[in-house]
Amino acid sequence: MRNTYVPYPVSIKEVRVETEDKQLKSFWLQFLNSEDASAFNYTPGQFAELSISGYGEIPIGIASSPTEGRDLLFTVNKVGSVSSRLHNMKAGDIMGVRGPLGNSYPLRAAKGKNIVIVAGGFAVTTLRSTMNWLLHPDHRGDYGEITFIYGARTPGMLLYTQEWTAWQNSGQAKVCVTVDREAPGWSGLVGFVPTVTGDVAPKPDNAIALICGPPIMIKFTQPVFDKLGWQSDQIIMSLENRMKCGIGICGRCNVGPEYVCKDGPVFTKTQLDKLPREY
Amino acid sequence: MSQKILAKNKLDAFLQGLCRDQDLFAPVMKDGKVGWAPVATADQALWDFSNTEMSPKDFFFPQTECMMRFKNVQGDPQGMIMQAEPALNRPRVLLNIRPCDAKAFQVLDLIFVQDEMTNDLYWRDKREKTTLIGLACNDPCPTCFCTTVGSNPHGTTGLDVLLVDLGDKFLAQALTAKGEALVGDLPAAAGGDEAKAAELKKAAEGKISGGVAMDKVNSREVMELYDAPLWDRVMESCLNCGTCTFCCPTCHCFDIQDETQGQDGRRVRNWDYCMSWLFTMHGTGHNPRGTKKDRVRQRFMHKFKYIPVKRGGEIGCVGCGRCVRLCPVNIDVRQVVNDMNA
Repeated sequence: MRNTYVPYPVSIKEVRVETEDKQLKSFWLQFLNSEDASAFNYTPGQFAELSISGYGEIPIGIASSPTEGRDLLFTVNKVGSVSSRLHNMKAGDIMGVRGPLGNSYPLRAAKGKNIVIVAGGFAVTTLRSTMNWLLHPDHRGDYGEITFIYGARTPGMLLYTQEWTAWQNSGQAKVCVTVDREAPGWSGLVGFVPTVTGDVAPKPDNAIALICGPPIMIKFTQPVFDKLGWQSDQIIMSLENRMKCGIGICGRCNVGPEYVCKDGPVFTKTQLDKLPREY
Repeated sequence: MSQKILAKNKLDAFLQGLCRDQDLFAPVMKDGKVGWAPVATADQALWDFSNTEMSPKDFFFPQTECMMRFKNVQGDPQGMIMQAEPALNRPRVLLNIRPCDAKAFQVLDLIFVQDEMTNDLYWRDKREKTTLIGLACNDPCPTCFCTTVGSNPHGTTGLDVLLVDLGDKFLAQALTAKGEALVGDLPAAAGGDEAKAAELKKAAEGKISGGVAMDKVNSREVMELYDAPLWDRVMESCLNCGTCTFCCPTCHCFDIQDETQGQDGRRVRNWDYCMSWLFTMHGTGHNPRGTKKDRVRQRFMHKFKYIPVKRGGEIGCVGCGRCVRLCPVNIDVRQVVNDMNA
């Protein structure tokens, strides 16, 4: 029987500074033991506890897709003591990963549907995983139109630019990337995510929307979807709360009876409408 | 399972048998308070007491517990890799545990062990290696309300053996195979003994005066209870001190922290509590339960609504009354639940 508190040992394979403010770094992690890599079966939307011995653990959404191989990608904002320590680590350093944890986006249940993805800021991580999974030749044919709306404050704050540019060029998805204000050298869309979503006007027929972003973005994006005729059970969101155990025991991440770590982090708006706003 | 008789002058021999291959613990009087300690003879243990000051959850969920260790050297082939602590090396017996406390462990089993991923081996190992010999309450306290939350002064849930004090002897009821092995050799009880135990049970149940009603709490939606006006009143007197959570047999929230000293490092878990402001605070400073009201409400909602919703109706309270006795501002859980039910 596996002790699910003990992290799998991994080494840092590559570190990449993602944003102009250097607050976000991406880490590619490689399992030290191949049997651990095989045991770590995940789907887009799940997260893991990144463990740094001597500092602790932080729950972070998995940004890689299982279709990309066995290494894992995490993009981490520098906030507290664990993430600050991680930002000071380098390729070759040993750390741990515990998971995969939580549920995932209902992609298999959405076969045959159009998928609309709306992301703001660095909440795009698990949606990067989702896009890579959806656009993989094994899965792309199972879905209708795929729309990817993503915004950040400035061009320098956009994550994964190379990748969404490639999605755009592939013609496999409608990619709408926006920044809050005009910026030198930026020829793409300008405006807040809710406004751009209103302009794109995704149709609710036979579709689901995955929305991840800061609370302010979600607050103003929801009415846009309502106006376009979307129902609450078509709108899927991912929550974040402070966590420790990550497996539904330790008692801090719950939103009403639901544990974000175990019953979530992915919930439909129908579910959230019946729960306290403790997130 | 069998009904046996344990004579009071045979207790020492019985205890000797219990501690032969196992560690034996029982309630004892310590500094004027009833607490748990290792015992070897019958006179070291208490046989007539209300209940221990603190719940015995510490035996399965220690206040501080080392979960794993690591060598704190980056670059060493074994460095920074967590290794789980070894399992318990000796089985244990808890003697004279009260039925409410034993019931609490069965509630916690539903939380600590749910499936392959939610499978707390630290909890599970200690549970599997511990035998529980209960002592029925013939004289419940005024703060006890077990009968109204699914427990009983003579309850058998979660126990391996239940002892009932019949005056000059104990009726020993074996409840599991583990219990049968412990009392199997004792003389059989007579019909009169069992009848007397049944009388004592009825009398004990009759002594429980106050309690909680849960019918409306069960039928109401989460948000109706969450938005009820009572929380504004309950939170006024609460100090968020957490005493109720520390003494509670079903409170199980914990924190996980790393500690290092030179090349030695370990990851420990410590009891934590939902009354703490830090408990839910995000790294960004945002706090989803940022007010005292949010935190007070969380404790009662968790026990009486959230756990029942998720765990097939099981309540996160066994009516032991410790929080009623120890709350420094006299918040009475019975009153709160009855207000939720009003």
